Amino acid sequence: MQDKPGVLNRVASMFRRRGFNISSLAVGHSETLGFSRMTFVVDGDDAIVDQVTKQLYKLIDVVKVSDISKEDVVIRELALIKVRTTPTTRPEVLQMVDIFRSNIVDVSPDSVIIEVTGDEDKVDSLLRILRPFGIREVMRTGRVGLMRGMSKSLALDNGQS
Amino acid sequence: MKLTGGQIVCESLLREGVDVVFGIPGGAILPLYQTMSSYPQIRHILTRHEEGASMAADGYARATGKVGVCMATSGPGATNLVTGIATAQMDSVPMVIITGQVAREGIGKDAFQEVDMTGITLPVTKHNYLVMRAEDIATAIKEAFYIANTGRPGPVLVDIPKDVFTEEAEFVYPETVDLPGYKPVLDGHPTQIRKAAQLINEAKKPLILAGHGVIISRAYDELVELAEKAQIPVITTLLGRSAFPDAHVLFVGMPGMHGLAYASLAIDEADLVIALGMRFDDRITGKVSGFAQNAKVIHVDIDPAEIDKNVHADVPIVGDLARVLRQLNPSVEPTTHPEWLRRIEELKSEHPSLHIRQTEKLLPQQVVRDLCDVTDGRALIVTGVGQHQMWAAQHYACKEANSFITSGGLGSMGYEVPAAMGAQVGQPDRVVWSIAGDGGFQMTMSELATIAENNLPVKFAIFNNGFLGMVRQWQEIFYNKDYFSTHYTGNPDFVKLAEAFGIRGIRVTERSQSVDAIREAMAHPGPVVVDFVVEEEENVYPMIPAGQTTAELMEEPLVEEARS
Ligand SMILES: Cc1ncc(C[n+]2csc(CCOP(=O)(O)OP(=O)(O)O)c2C)c(N)n1
Ligand SMILES: [Mg+2]
Repeated sequence: MQDKPGVLNRVASMFRRRGFNISSLAVGHSETLGFSRMTFVVDGDDAIVDQVTKQLYKLIDVVKVSDISKEDVVIRELALIKVRTTPTTRPEVLQMVDIFRSNIVDVSPDSVIIEVTGDEDKVDSLLRILRPFGIREVMRTGRVGLMRGMSKSLALDNGQS
Repeated sequence: MKLTGGQIVCESLLREGVDVVFGIPGGAILPLYQTMSSYPQIRHILTRHEEGASMAADGYARATGKVGVCMATSGPGATNLVTGIATAQMDSVPMVIITGQVAREGIGKDAFQEVDMTGITLPVTKHNYLVMRAEDIATAIKEAFYIANTGRPGPVLVDIPKDVFTEEAEFVYPETVDLPGYKPVLDGHPTQIRKAAQLINEAKKPLILAGHGVIISRAYDELVELAEKAQIPVITTLLGRSAFPDAHVLFVGMPGMHGLAYASLAIDEADLVIALGMRFDDRITGKVSGFAQNAKVIHVDIDPAEIDKNVHADVPIVGDLARVLRQLNPSVEPTTHPEWLRRIEELKSEHPSLHIRQTEKLLPQQVVRDLCDVTDGRALIVTGVGQHQMWAAQHYACKEANSFITSGGLGSMGYEVPAAMGAQVGQPDRVVWSIAGDGGFQMTMSELATIAENNLPVKFAIFNNGFLGMVRQWQEIFYNKDYFSTHYTGNPDFVKLAEAFGIRGIRVTERSQSVDAIREAMAHPGPVVVDFVVEEEENVYPMIPAGQTTAELMEEPLVEEARS
């Protein structure tokens, strides 16, 4: 979509107004100057996905909409997890961080912040495993995705196909 | 050449061919107004309420096919526009709204008369702009007009802070727009056209369901050609009234909640529904699962989001209706459907939905019939919302295209006064009759002052039943006649009221006076208010209760009696 003030609001407002259920939404600059890319997850059957797509196209600033759920895609989510640690639990926590190929990005006397990237399941399972230690705060980005291989550049597509 | 933001607005409006705007000034938009005063080419009509301005712009746009323009100041001026904007959005009416905003440094600080207008109108505009630099005004206005009047038309709001009107910038009016996310599809897909033609050629009981799109796309001739070529009967939606000549042998009528029984029943029996520029509103379909159960559906609309939204289309075609029909008609084989047409005649005689009972009383249906007779079906009709609206849609047989202007999607009471005013401004030579409810009329009657001031010869027929009639009807049928808060016991004297505005007022209480009063109103060169004191507790029939099917169809008691 075009990088214009309020564009996120337009999309969010449309979802809300038409009662579409969005469980995750992430947005950021794309490879093309002046355009952003948004990944969101909508719950619904084909008819709902069809309506969401068409309603998005009605927004003037939206250029291209792809349903990537049936495509060959890479989907990732990043989460920052602040976990309570004591001298006794710290080694255990560090072990989990290792197993999940995640990173410690901040250490303080009684907690660490873990950065984990992966699909939703991976983030969910790490959270489940860390819960007994005491999770203080979680910040998840929501899912972002891209199609593998040769996908069309949005700047080349007029979006009305 | 450097111009102020205000000058850029005026110059841009001139480039777009705007010669009239409706509005009310105030602090935030004053710099624009003080600039407009040196642009006599742009006529400014000072309404009495901003809702009057937006609804007048809507009426103007519907009557002319041009973009209607209205203006208001920030805060309350702007919020007063909203019902008119939402009305235009629901009925796909091209409109550009220019609102003043508080000065840039005040935005977000709850400055005096600040409201977030782009936020408020986000869901009721096709698009909107907050223009933060004078150099961006020309592009915003160019795009606003382009978006408003292409594809599926709609209102576009341009909000401009006060100090942007006085800021200077180089003025270059863009020749083209650069909107990578907005490319309306105009031509139908050839494969779909072929499939549609095949369905039409195979159908035994085809039915055309024509909507507002026919009028917006001016596809009148193409529609007549399609109907005649394959002898397909035509029904229209409320906003499709006057899209097809009422007098045409293939015309059946309007179906739906208060549509003609035989039109609704024809949908039940059809094996093919050809939906043209309409959106399967619930007032047409009733219960969707019971709608057109025996029919395949061809759905042509310029808005892809309408396809499969409410009713599944077997053959969807996205495109501009006139162009799609020009593509389609050559592949339609000339044919006729004598049995089907005979069946429709049979339905018409079994269900005489337009029958008006004989009585001495002043029946609202009869008043519409009289209006139709005296104006020879050639008036430009503008209605309010309620019973009178439905009687107008049923009984005014339009002879001319685009002659029936009404708030269908939003159902905005009060529309009848300002929209009639705007329509008359746009069509100064046409006879404009506003078919008004006593309720709706009182919502916007302050515009009588604007009408008098500009000597606009609008004729008002107030259907004065002393009730919020349509609501009373629901109370009668669904709430055991508990007429709570629908009875007016203190209505004004509408004749004296008109006279107070310097407008001719006529009262009609007897059936015998009706035709003469209409003639008198027509003979008077200026605006006239005719107060028809009609039967109070008259009901609109036929009626299919909300969310039901024709199984629940109620007809005029006398008609039902005669059949049983
Ligand atoms: C602005 C607005 N408020 C309320 C309604 C709900 N409503 C629909 S019809 C109706 C009654 C209209 O009364 P009137 O204008 O006298 O017309 P009548 O039905 O009596 O012919 C009402 C209140 C509406 N459509 N619009
Ligand atoms: Mg009334």
